[in-house]
Amino acid sequence: MSAALETVGLEKRFGGIVATDNVSFRLEPGARHALIGPNGAGKTTFVNLLTGVLQPSAGTIRLHGEDISAMPPERRVKRGLVRTFQINQLFAGMTPLESLGVAVSERMGHGYEFWRPAGSKSVVIDEIVEIATRFKLVDVLEERTASLPYGKQRLLEIALAFACQPRVLLLDEPAAGVPEAERHDLLATVAALPRDVSVLLIEHDMDLVFSFAERISVLVNGALFTEGTVSEIANDPRVRAVYLGESLDG
Amino acid sequence: MPGTPTEIATRHLAETSRWKPLEFAFWLVAFGAIWLLPSHHLILNEIIITALFAMSLDLILGYAGIASLGHAAFFGFGAYFAGIFAIRVIGDPLTGLILATLASGALGFITSFLVLRGVDLARLMVTLGVALVLGEIANKMTWLTGGADGLQGVMMGPVLGLFEFDLYGRTAYVYSLVVTFLLFLLARRIVVSPFGLSLRTIRDNPLRARAIGIPVNRRLIAVYTLAAAYAGAAGALLAQTTQFVSLDVIALHRSADVLLMLVIGGTGYLYGGFAGAIVFKVLQDVISNWTPQYWTFWIGLILVILVLIGRERMNHRVAVLWARLRGKPEPRPRTIVGGH
Amino acid sequence: MLTILFDGIAYGMVLFVLACGLSITLGLMNFVNLAHGVFAMVGGYVTAILMNRLGVPFLLTLPFAFLVPAALGLVMERTLYQRLYARNHLDQVLFTIGLVFMAIAAVDYVMGSQPQLIQLPSWLRGRVDVFGVQVGLYRSFIIAVCSVLVVALQLILTRTRFGSQLRAAVDDPRVARGLGINTALVFAVTFAFGSGLAGLGGALGAEILGLDPTFPLKFLIYFMIVVTVGGTSSLTGPFFASLLLGIADVAGKYYVPSLGAFVIYTVMIVVLVFRPQGLFVKAR
Repeated sequence: MSAALETVGLEKRFGGIVATDNVSFRLEPGARHALIGPNGAGKTTFVNLLTGVLQPSAGTIRLHGEDISAMPPERRVKRGLVRTFQINQLFAGMTPLESLGVAVSERMGHGYEFWRPAGSKSVVIDEIVEIATRFKLVDVLEERTASLPYGKQRLLEIALAFACQPRVLLLDEPAAGVPEAERHDLLATVAALPRDVSVLLIEHDMDLVFSFAERISVLVNGALFTEGTVSEIANDPRVRAVYLGESLDG
Repeated sequence: MPGTPTEIATRHLAETSRWKPLEFAFWLVAFGAIWLLPSHHLILNEIIITALFAMSLDLILGYAGIASLGHAAFFGFGAYFAGIFAIRVIGDPLTGLILATLASGALGFITSFLVLRGVDLARLMVTLGVALVLGEIANKMTWLTGGADGLQGVMMGPVLGLFEFDLYGRTAYVYSLVVTFLLFLLARRIVVSPFGLSLRTIRDNPLRARAIGIPVNRRLIAVYTLAAAYAGAAGALLAQTTQFVSLDVIALHRSADVLLMLVIGGTGYLYGGFAGAIVFKVLQDVISNWTPQYWTFWIGLILVILVLIGRERMNHRVAVLWARLRGKPEPRPRTIVGGH
Repeated sequence: MLTILFDGIAYGMVLFVLACGLSITLGLMNFVNLAHGVFAMVGGYVTAILMNRLGVPFLLTLPFAFLVPAALGLVMERTLYQRLYARNHLDQVLFTIGLVFMAIAAVDYVMGSQPQLIQLPSWLRGRVDVFGVQVGLYRSFIIAVCSVLVVALQLILTRTRFGSQLRAAVDDPRVARGLGINTALVFAVTFAFGSGLAGLGGALGAEILGLDPTFPLKFLIYFMIVVTVGGTSSLTGPFFASLLLGIADVAGKYYVPSLGAFVIYTVMIVVLVFRPQGLFVKAR
């Protein structure tokens, strides 16, 4: 069975600097996989290569067996590779209702329909409500995104990605900056993501990694350092040396 | 009126597309002016054309976030096209209008690829550059455009073969108003459609728009083309109703003026262009009566103050006022979410 | 042919002195100052007023043509411009266009709309023959003065403490602030200095470019071309862009007058589309 997402010999150079160094990585279907690594390990570059914001210098990316290396970002999204952002990237002047509505209509291929009002199709509305319920956004659906509490914005960040019906979801530090009181809601929704969505979690917070992930990959200096189950990684002295020790100090 | 989430969601989405009482009032007054203000038809014609032009800029600036310093390129192109078409081919207004609109849209489509390449300042300069190049072409192709003397001898036939253009501008105003109204209806439909909503996501955050699968560049090309066609229609209306075209239609100050009007009227709700055009023309009239030569000083001052106070805050105040008039809770002030 | 080249160089040099301040403020503060030409106009009018009304000799007016706009620039920077650094480019464009409109009307009101004539001293008038090339004395003077300015600017940028602070601030204002550089002060001084240079350029160029109240609008496009084509990360980019523009404009008007400014605008668009960082900047 082909991997949900796979990279083969992926490489990215900026001038003389190798930001991603020959990464061959496999995300199994339905996986709960975490990608960790110290600051500057190249996690951001790796995510940008996966989503198509950057073009790789060498190597291929395959989504469910299909080569997507040369595809523009929005086409990858339509193929089911969706990401969230570490820093909220929302539509400040719109309501969650409208934002989710755009994502859902776009996925259903209504993006060029200019002759009918948004929301005149009940399938779209039903799905918006379903997603809003899942992500606890029902009571703020018609508020301006900019005036939502941070925790709700964070939920919307993930809900927007979910509205694209991902097959592979890249979660970039989903809990970053969320106050303790609102954290529980967020973690609960992440844990409740359906199993047919394969998840790659890019994370700093080790508690979250250990509670959520089943496998962990460690990225160091742009290269894949090691990979294993949670207990393997947790007990790997080399990982402790390059990563855990460092993060505990800092 | 509470309800299930589905009902609430349906209601809220429907509300954005429903006509508000003030909108009915506005168009009622605009059409009423045909009979109520017979002596002002010439200036009303000018205002409604300018408003259509400003609305076309709102489509790209207010809804898609593309600032342009050269939107007069399309206005001017439409005007010259309609004028030359009337002279060389046929004087029927509607044929000329439709062709000028399509041609301007085509020009917008072609130049959109230039505009999309750059970002921010480069984009501003490219829009400016396109207008300058076209202006220069119009200036030099004297045999076709009349150059600096302007395009003389435009003779228009009657609208629909029935209504001759008269000296008092009555036909002109009715013609421009009806065309503007129809184009407005279409625009109003577009901005609340899924397509229109996707444009607003691009305005708010192009990075995220792409990340939820919106083909940002193609959408921008589409709306830029549309806005160019609208601007071309406005230009064509001006050429046909005044039966004269000069280099002024494509000049830098026209691009600047329309931007100014839109900013005065507020962006992103389609009526900003109308409000701005009315305020601008009335101000122009009042101030030029008072100090004919120096009226640009006051326009400049308005711009400076507007920016210093903050356009956002001004728009917010208007929104608050608007909400109060309709007996709704006040919208909360905008805070920053995310970045680019 | 060589005369045209020579005139073009002189023209380009003036453009550089006029526009280099704009290029620095754009690079330093990412601020689009469309009102830059206003300072140039002020410099030109200072010289015109001093000469025509008070009989001050041309050369003696030049320091004032620098100082008055510089002082004006300093005041404006502290009171108005600095509020807009954090705003988006559209706001900056609207604001500075507003200033241009105000300045044009104000100068028109005070000085009238007629062009100002500057009577050059007799030793700068006329042309001489150098190895068979007709060389204008005033243009030679301009080239000499501007060359000195260019060298001086380059030295200030590369050799002085202020210059290194400025370059640090252009590279990364946040890091510069972290290094203890008073970026607000660097901004203000640079802005004033750039405005002063524009004023000087306006005074020197009055004879070549003409001087009337619409000056800031008329040459706005030229400034923006210099800046966008030259890039904002160094002075050499705008310098070569200015020379290129000057030569192209003079030669274009001489050889293919029918094309007018068409060529220049087209080149600008092409450069902007394919090299948005500027023609003389290494692509990143």
